[in-house]
Amino acid sequence: CCSEENGLGFNFFMLMLEGVDKNIWVEFTQLAAEYKVVNLGQGFPDFSPPSFIREAFCNALNGGASMHQYTRAFGHPPLVKILAKFFGRIVGREIDPMEDILVTVGAYQALFCTFQALINEGDEVIIVEPFFDCYQPMVMMGRGTPVYIPLKPSTGPGLSSADWVLCPEELASKISPRTKAIVINTPNNPLGKVFQRDELQMIADLCIKHDIICISDEVYEWLTYDGEKHIKIASLPGMWERTVTIGSAGKTFSATGWKVGWAMGPGHIMKHLKTVHQNSVYHTATAAQEAVAMGFQKEYDTFGTEESYFKQLPAMLHAKRLRLAECLRSVGLEPIMPQGGYFMITDISGLSEPYDFRIVKWLIKEKGLATIPVSGFYSQEHSGDFQKYIRFCFVKEDSTLKAAEDILKQWRIKQ
Amino acid sequence: MNITHMLRSCRSVRCLLETNPTRKFCSTQFNMTSAKHKNARRIEGLDKNVWVAFTSVAADPSIVNLGQGFPDIPPPSYVKEGLAQAVMVDRLNQYTRGFGHPTLVKALSQVYGKVNGRQINPLTEILVTVGAYGSLFSTMQGLVEEGDEVIIIEPFYDCYVPMVRMAGAKPVLIPLQLKSGKKSGITSADWVLDQDELASKFNSKTKAIIINTPNNPIGKVFTRTELQAIADLCIKHDTLCFSDEVYEWLIYRGHKHVKIATLPGMWDRTITIGSAGKTFSVTGWKLGWSIGPEHLVKHLQTVMQNTLYTCPTPLQEAVGQGLLRDYELMGKPECYFSSLAEELQSKRDRMATILTQAGMNPVVPEGGYFMLADVSALNQDVSHMTEDEPYDYKFIKWMIKEKKLAAIPVTAFCGEESIKHFEKYIRLCFIKQDSTLDAAETILKNWSRA
Repeated sequence: CCSEENGLGFNFFMLMLEGVDKNIWVEFTQLAAEYKVVNLGQGFPDFSPPSFIREAFCNALNGGASMHQYTRAFGHPPLVKILAKFFGRIVGREIDPMEDILVTVGAYQALFCTFQALINEGDEVIIVEPFFDCYQPMVMMGRGTPVYIPLKPSTGPGLSSADWVLCPEELASKISPRTKAIVINTPNNPLGKVFQRDELQMIADLCIKHDIICISDEVYEWLTYDGEKHIKIASLPGMWERTVTIGSAGKTFSATGWKVGWAMGPGHIMKHLKTVHQNSVYHTATAAQEAVAMGFQKEYDTFGTEESYFKQLPAMLHAKRLRLAECLRSVGLEPIMPQGGYFMITDISGLSEPYDFRIVKWLIKEKGLATIPVSGFYSQEHSGDFQKYIRFCFVKEDSTLKAAEDILKQWRIKQ
Repeated sequence: MNITHMLRSCRSVRCLLETNPTRKFCSTQFNMTSAKHKNARRIEGLDKNVWVAFTSVAADPSIVNLGQGFPDIPPPSYVKEGLAQAVMVDRLNQYTRGFGHPTLVKALSQVYGKVNGRQINPLTEILVTVGAYGSLFSTMQGLVEEGDEVIIIEPFYDCYVPMVRMAGAKPVLIPLQLKSGKKSGITSADWVLDQDELASKFNSKTKAIIINTPNNPIGKVFTRTELQAIADLCIKHDTLCFSDEVYEWLIYRGHKHVKIATLPGMWDRTITIGSAGKTFSVTGWKLGWSIGPEHLVKHLQTVMQNTLYTCPTPLQEAVGQGLLRDYELMGKPECYFSSLAEELQSKRDRMATILTQAGMNPVVPEGGYFMLADVSALNQDVSHMTEDEPYDYKFIKWMIKEKKLAAIPVTAFCGEESIKHFEKYIRLCFIKQDSTLDAAETILKNWSRA
């Protein structure tokens, strides 16, 4: 009973089989912490949240004994009320603060509640690639089957995130009678794509036709650039009744460490998320919710004006985005300009040293094994496609082959 | 909102209405019977929850609320100040380490290392969670499989059963029972397990036993002998032990909290759960922790990284700082871990006295901040209340309406078969300001007057 495999809950046995018990953030945050690095890795600001929101937190924690005790499980009343008002105005419908909103410990927990609430064994969930990594293990924890569909550049190298699109026929082909839901993320992490109305309409049409639930992760909703508009798929006709929209105070107010998020949708779906919530964490921290409520009240009052943080933040980040893109280009890299979000991805083949060259050097230095990079056998023009190959020579004594075997086996175990 | 109207609609044990029975928004045309919009099977029947309904009672200021278990006394000032300071540090408003903020896990490792008398690795043997509730969830999800059995001692904190069921396992219940013979001056020590019955509950399917010491709602502090008996069975059947010790510091004079994980052979099979909310009177901060051997804690960590990933940073920093301060004072009267218990001692004794004056029979707790009261001597007639519910639910509804005093029905904490043992009891929380206790005293003193 105490042995490793026996101790593992069923859900996690499955994850281990698929190798998703590892987590990219756990691995890379640890590495970044161990070495003194300039950290452009994990997605959080290294500047402070705006002073008005920090003041709101201080006011909350000095706001009397009740601020430090349990509040309403499904969301602190001042927060759900202002969220209902704020987003009701945006989507153009009356949102019931008690029935249609669940406050969670970050958008991450909102995603967890959604998958646990709705996915049964055998259900398929379509995930648009590239995807925020947690969607996959969360679908699997729900014993669902992830079905992937990639965004791909429609023309040429796809130097703007706008060029990366879904193929409608391909998406339609991924749908089966077992499809329960589709997960979209707009603005997308990591690409920065902001889905356009016609793209969302295409997805909506399929959702309605096949009675599919749409899970819309919109944590970066305020961060759009160059006049791009964020569109909520839940606001399209026929979609409110089948969409769970997820948001984040952490990304909204540059306070990722507060871990306050929410899920919003029709009461008949939200009640299932509430059941998961009340049987997993039950409450979210009171003072943090009070502060976020104050923040939203201010933004409700200043919406669209220069004083709105939802206007100031994208304006500030716009310049940073341009600066990073310039820098990457200046050293021969090709960034893909994001229409929204915190992130920019870049093609690294412009780095002077091809991937296979670097791996071969690393293998020599770190593992004591010598091989040859294959892209060196190609013209400049074509070498890009062959950087994933390295060459081994086997005309060697058995003892040499055995030594190589030992090195490779050791390396593989550690992986 | 009319509380009694809401409560009148309750149909069965632990089935109480949600807080807002009337809807103000416009309904949609959507066909709500779409099979795809139904709940997933894992949460079938888990939507009802006694707290969801009773929180609304707190909204009515005319009712003296001794129901829900949280303090109305303020937290210690240094803990609040710690939070104010943390919010002013840029980095502390952003994500921290997923399994627990370094300051906090190090402080926990110090405090619990001392208490357990062993070195505890802050990175591999501790997980910080969203309240002890989150630790219970991570433990069940990480370690309990479909088809397992999990032994739960009644009366139990009500989330244990739904969490076991959500993991696909079967709850196996065993009640604490009142030792026969004693009629008055009953304490939580008089409630014990039948050893033969306990042994009979263990079999090859038993994955774990959950214990809660001090126990909510009775307040029992399990003795070393009692824990040893449980430990012997765990070792014999190779079972895990999930020990919910959120009230570990709230121990009254003459009693000692014993950690089952410190008994021989138990560290390697025990997850011990604690709570910042109960430790520092900040239930609204929702921070808790699981401590145990690496080979078990790592599975809880996997759950964490796939459910919510991190807990709030500034709150963890403040709790860490608070623990470090009290670590230095451990053993001294100024240490909050002991000063809170001192403060509650007199509230406990006062509560017992005023309940007796009203004609109820209190079960004086050895630990925790709840007290059971046996109301059978009052012979309160609730036959006019027609719902099919245990006596304690009806009694409390009557009490809220007629006496403006709220408590929690104890049958919310037990299974169907044990209802008859617990339905004459109500649970009262005494971690309340003197003014609240004064108001309760007035009501109880005037009880027998019409």
